[in-house]
Amino acid sequence: MRDKTTGNQKAGKPVPFRGGGFLPKPKKIIAPIVFIALIAFWEWGSRTGFIGPLILPAPSEAFEAFMNLLNTGLLWQHLAASLQRLLLGWFSGTLLGIIVGTLIGLFSLARSGLQPLVSAIFPIPKIALLPLFIIWFGIGEGSKVATILFGTFFPTVIATYGGIDNVDRGLIRMGQSFGLSRLSIIRKIILPGALPAILSGARISAAIAIILLVAAEMIAAEYGIGAYILIAGSLMATDQLITGVAILSCIGLIFAWVIGKAEKYFLKWRA
Amino acid sequence: MDLSLRHITHRYDEVEVLRDINLEIKQGQIVCIIGPSGCGKSTLLRMIGGLERPTSGEVLQIGEPPADCLNPLTYIFQDFALLPWRTVEGNVSLALEDHALSATMREEIIADVLARTKLADFRTAYPRQLSGGMKQRVAIARALSVRPAVLLMDEPLSALDSQTRELLMDDLVDLWEKENYTAAYVTHNLAEAVRLGHKIVVLSRRPGEIRDIVEIDMPLSARTGENSELESIQKRLWTLMRDEARAADRELLDAR
Repeated sequence: MRDKTTGNQKAGKPVPFRGGGFLPKPKKIIAPIVFIALIAFWEWGSRTGFIGPLILPAPSEAFEAFMNLLNTGLLWQHLAASLQRLLLGWFSGTLLGIIVGTLIGLFSLARSGLQPLVSAIFPIPKIALLPLFIIWFGIGEGSKVATILFGTFFPTVIATYGGIDNVDRGLIRMGQSFGLSRLSIIRKIILPGALPAILSGARISAAIAIILLVAAEMIAAEYGIGAYILIAGSLMATDQLITGVAILSCIGLIFAWVIGKAEKYFLKWRA
Repeated sequence: MDLSLRHITHRYDEVEVLRDINLEIKQGQIVCIIGPSGCGKSTLLRMIGGLERPTSGEVLQIGEPPADCLNPLTYIFQDFALLPWRTVEGNVSLALEDHALSATMREEIIADVLARTKLADFRTAYPRQLSGGMKQRVAIARALSVRPAVLLMDEPLSALDSQTRELLMDDLVDLWEKENYTAAYVTHNLAEAVRLGHKIVVLSRRPGEIRDIVEIDMPLSARTGENSELESIQKRLWTLMRDEARAADRELLDAR
């Protein structure tokens, strides 16, 4: 059946299309191409003298420095020291942050008592407190782990109670209407509902942890990526410095990848 | 088990929302509560189920709920209130997990209610994969799983499109024919009220007072298709409500 008024003859022009767009999609091949092109350009610039060796060492030199680090076995010593501090500080900071954030999210007393405290301490750069941490926790591992712990604790607290505040009240009321216990409501409704926010908080705190790791290692550390970068910097060994920075960037990427996997697994119920 | 509302009055701060509501909900009866938006009908329903406390007055439970009843007063919500991170069976199971039931018992109940709501094929689906009508069926299955004495339905069909609403309404009627459940059914839709209600309570605009109670004796199964008697009742209800609705429409929402 067809509408008689449309007829057969074609008169008039088509309506111009003006929808679409505003929907960027990730294309997998683009990112490696950008990386390779950038490094190739950099290498070419260094070889032709377009980029002076003092300003920036060639990627090949940085790679040599990396191979050197690998062959002497120092890489693993630096990495092991750094990763230990990083994981210990980040795990305990995140765990404590989730616990305190949950308390603030659930109890009026904790909220009124702790929330202003968190707001007051969160903006302090934890690096500024490092001398104090050294006095409190010793110049060894303690102060370094503590710096990372404090740095990751506060953003996790804020992400957690923010997530809990945003849990649909209707779901909580539903839980109450079925006579669920308080613990069940927290465990089965509130915490899963806050999980997306907690995981995106973990993304941010992982980056903060790496920044603080380097800062803490720049003071009184024998091994660690931060110490390596510091020594390279004071010797003006820019090739080693670039190597150290590249390793940090890789650690950051691996962290982000792991959290991305965790999100995919725990939040598979989302579209 | 019957419910009896005695002199329920409620105010938020200085604003009176409900005034002296007296109402009986008898076993096996569907009581529809209608009224203009903002008249406090949803608040009243929350009070019936003990989710909110009236400023004065009380809701009494007369007689004991059946022995096998796990959650005597059970809600069905307008927005379904399903946990998005649980599958269909997980959502039903949520209501059972806090009760002392063996795993096999729980499994039996879940299988039974999913079969009764025609959801057996969707056990492992997540809510986001389901249409609105299916989501509300899951919520109905969850409500049935705790063998309620009284179902408290808060505009259960209002979030659905009109075709789905028809289908679900038929399901509710069939279910009542089989099980004779007791229900308090809040709606703003007069057609739903005359289709399902044995007793229709008309509330006035804020402060909500009972303006009229209309009883319909016609059996639910007879209320299909064209029906002049129902139509005249619906017309009467609309004349009762029209001025109230118009006035309520012009009120400022934050005035309360």
